[in-house]
Amino acid sequence: MAGNFISRGFRGRRREDPAVAGRVPPGQYLTPDFPVLSAGPTPRTPLAQWDFAIRGAVQPTQRWTWDEFRALPSETVTVDIHCVTKWSKLDTVWEGVSVDTLLDGVETDGAYVTAFSDGGYTTNLPLADLQDGKAWVAKWVRGLEIMPRDRPGFWESLGYHDYGDPWREQRYQGD
Amino acid sequence: MTLRLESDAWPGHLPGQHVDVRLTAEDGYQAQRSYSIASTPVARHLDLTVEEIPDGEVSPYLSEELRPGDRLELRGPIGGYFTWTEANGGPLLLVAGGSGVAPLMSILRYRNAIASNIPVTLLYSSRSWEEIIYREELDRLNADPATRVIHTLTRSHPDGWDGYTRRIDAEMLADAAGGPEPGRLAYVCGPTRLVESVANFLVALGYPTDRVKTERFGPTGPGG
Repeated sequence: MAGNFISRGFRGRRREDPAVAGRVPPGQYLTPDFPVLSAGPTPRTPLAQWDFAIRGAVQPTQRWTWDEFRALPSETVTVDIHCVTKWSKLDTVWEGVSVDTLLDGVETDGAYVTAFSDGGYTTNLPLADLQDGKAWVAKWVRGLEIMPRDRPGFWESLGYHDYGDPWREQRYQGD
Repeated sequence: MTLRLESDAWPGHLPGQHVDVRLTAEDGYQAQRSYSIASTPVARHLDLTVEEIPDGEVSPYLSEELRPGDRLELRGPIGGYFTWTEANGGPLLLVAGGSGVAPLMSILRYRNAIASNIPVTLLYSSRSWEEIIYREELDRLNADPATRVIHTLTRSHPDGWDGYTRRIDAEMLADAAGGPEPGRLAYVCGPTRLVESVANFLVALGYPTDRVKTERFGPTGPGG
């Protein structure tokens, strides 16, 4: 990955804290804050208008109001976040509804998902990555659209990587 | 500070985009940061605006260690959203906090270079007169009748200063934005808190949300 290029005189700051050893992907830096990176003003939806939907190649289409969504069983999970813009935050705590719960009873033959939220943001990923205890929905996501073929979402259409595995440094298209 | 680079391989860029700089130590350790491109696409060199973060890992290297003739690894240009060309229209309102002025400088210089008639106002928040980046150049650009540069100095100001001396608020934005012209477009860049509040004020002033473009330099955002 480094090739032959060396930056003359650069030493850098080595991460020696054993608590984070091996947990920060190459090229990332740790942040204690929560940097926000949206393209425009932060959208705000009144709770009375909030809903969450699963639609697309599914039978039947599902929809929950905020009260119905909050009544679903939720879990508290602690995860590390790695953002394509190179910041990482460890041990963030989230409360959310498991996607397995949301997909319970839903029939689909689609293999890809577009997750959408307020403000027109979408992101695409394989359905398999959301199943079997790997994904939860917190309040900023407004729905999942299940599709037979992968389709780039908002940031992916603007040059960010379709899959985005931080451990393989997949930040931009072509990585 | 401004880092001026030359490259035969640079593919060109749009005003508002940035690059990723990657530093590699002799043992292979790497660090990467994003920096806004401050120069115009028609310039022969590439200017990056680097804010010196006292505790930073990369910016002290760039500002103190790097010498003329050294090489840097760059990737870019990056950024498909926070860009402006004449096709995007206007009138333009550019709002900057501190080093957030860098991508807006590229937009201003580009607009000047193509002799565009689209009116532009830059509202620029700095802590003090001495910390205004590109100050003399902004004074020169202000002489153009269709360009307006408004400074606000939030921590200290020189004797005799009769400009704004507070954080950007709704009243200041209303002054800078002028009337509700159709097609008006805003670009906001700076620390997260400033960008968040300015974007909300602009939407309250009647800007459609898709005509307010934001780029946030968080506490650990571009630079550092």
